[in-house]
Amino acid sequence: MNSGDVAWILTSTALVMLMIPGVGLFYAGMVRKKNVVSMISLSIVSAILAGVIWVLYGYSLAFSGDVGGFIGDLSKILLANVSLDGSDAIPEMLFMMFQMMFAGVTLAIITSAIAERIRFSAFVLFGVLWLTLVYIPFAHWLWGNGWLAGIGALDFAGGIVVHVSSGFGALALAFAVGKRYGYGEHPIEPHSIPLTLIGGSLLWFGWFGFNGGSALLADRIAVNAITVTFIASCFAGLTWMILSWMNGKPGSLGIITGVIAGLASITPAAGFVDIPGAIVIGILAGVICFMALEFRIKKGIDESLDAWAVHGVGGAMGSIAVGIFANPAISGYAGLLHGGFDLLLTQLLAVAVTAVYAFMVTFAIAKAVDYVVPLRVELEEEYVGLDISQHGEVGYA
Amino acid sequence: MKMVVAIIRPERFEAVEDALAEKGYIGMTVTEVKGRGEQKGIKLQYRGTTIDVDLLQKIKLEIVVDDKDVDKVIEIICKNARTGKYGDGRIFVIPVEKSVRVRTGELITSDS
Repeated sequence: MNSGDVAWILTSTALVMLMIPGVGLFYAGMVRKKNVVSMISLSIVSAILAGVIWVLYGYSLAFSGDVGGFIGDLSKILLANVSLDGSDAIPEMLFMMFQMMFAGVTLAIITSAIAERIRFSAFVLFGVLWLTLVYIPFAHWLWGNGWLAGIGALDFAGGIVVHVSSGFGALALAFAVGKRYGYGEHPIEPHSIPLTLIGGSLLWFGWFGFNGGSALLADRIAVNAITVTFIASCFAGLTWMILSWMNGKPGSLGIITGVIAGLASITPAAGFVDIPGAIVIGILAGVICFMALEFRIKKGIDESLDAWAVHGVGGAMGSIAVGIFANPAISGYAGLLHGGFDLLLTQLLAVAVTAVYAFMVTFAIAKAVDYVVPLRVELEEEYVGLDISQHGEVGYA
Repeated sequence: MKMVVAIIRPERFEAVEDALAEKGYIGMTVTEVKGRGEQKGIKLQYRGTTIDVDLLQKIKLEIVVDDKDVDKVIEIICKNARTGKYGDGRIFVIPVEKSVRVRTGELITSDS
C-alpha cells in the first residue's frame, strides 16, 4: 500500500461523489421551476440506491468471481472479504468506494429521460432493477474481468460502462415513458441557466477524479488522464460554442453542454491517448454530439435533458476513438493510427453490443416497472409539477 | 379605453402573445401570479391522503385598448389560451379613466 496512491484515490472518490449532485443541479436548471426539487432529488436518490445496492450485492456481482463472463458471484456480499489492507497499491475497500460513486453518477445521468413526469416510487423501483440488470453487468464485462475485457475491449473510466449505458438507456426510457404534456406544442424552457452552469461546472471539476482516479494510482497514467480530460473538454466546449454561434448566439447552456460532451467522449480514452488524440476527440465530440442533439429535437423525441446525445453518443464516439488514437507510448495499446487494427474492431463490437443491450434491457425494465407502478404521474400532477405532487415541497417560495 | 385583464395558463402565454402581436396589439404588462377558480385548484389523491394544491401558477396579462378593440382582443386571447380543461383562466374588462405616456407627459386618449 502506498499512501500517495491512497490519498489520490480517496480524493478522486470525493470528486466523483460531487458529480452526483452536480448532475442534479445541471439538470434542475433545465427544467421548469415547478420540478427543480424533483430533479435534484432524483440524483440524490440515485446515490442512495447505488450505495445500498453496492453494499448488499452490487460490488460482489460486478467485481468478484466470474460466471460465464457475464456476471460475478456473491462471495463479497455485504462487502465480506473486502479488505482494508491488501497487497495492492490501494485497499480494496477504497476501490469499492470509488466504484460505488460511478454507479451513483450513472443512474443520475439517466434521469434526463424522465424529467418532469416520473412517478417517484416508479423511479426507485426502476433504479434498483436498472443498476442490477444493466450497470452491474457492464461494470463486470469491462472492469471485472468479464467477456468484453476478455476479448480486449478497453474502457478507461466508463465511456461504455457509464456513458453508453446511461445514454442509450435514457433513450429507451424516454420512449417507454413518453413525451411531457405539451412537448412540441408550447415552449418548455430552462428555468435557471445559472443553476445549470453551476451543476455543469461541478461535473467538470469532479471529472478530474472520475478520469484521473481511474488509473487507480497516483502515477503518469493519472497525469495523462487529467491532462487529456481538460484539453478535450475545452476543445469540445469551443467547438460547440462556434457551432451555436453560427446558428444564432453562443448560449451558455450550449457551451457547458459541449464541455460535458467532450468529457464523456474522452472518458474511455483518457488513459490511452496522447494530447493530439485528445484534441481531435474534443472537436469530434463538439460536432457529433451537437448533431445528435439536433437530430433528437428534429425527430421530436423527448429525451428531455440529452443524456443520449451528450453521454450516449459522446461515450460511444470516444470508445471507438480509442481504437483509432490509442498511443502505445501512453499505456501500451495501439490504435489504428499507431498500427493496431484489432483494437478498433473490438471497440466497435463493444460499443454496438452495449448500446443494444442497454437500450433493450432498459426498455424492458421500464415496461415491467410501468406494469407494477405506472412510470408517469397523472396529467394533473404533471401540470402542478413534481415538486408538490411527489415531494410536497416547493423549490421557490 | 378599456383594460383587458386576462389570467391564463403559463404554457399558453407565448401563443397568446404572438397572436396578439400579429394583429397589432403589441403593448402589454405581464405578471406571474398564483390563483384559483371555482374548482379551488387541484386535489391530488394518494393512498389514504389528499394533497390540496390550492393556488396554481398563472400568467396575468394587462392590455389597454380602444373600446372598439375589446371584443377582438378577447377573441384572440380565448382562441389561443383555450385547452378546454378546467383552469384555462378568466378575462376581465375594466374601464380606464386616463392614460399618460411617462416619457412625454402626453395624455393618450386613443390607442390608435
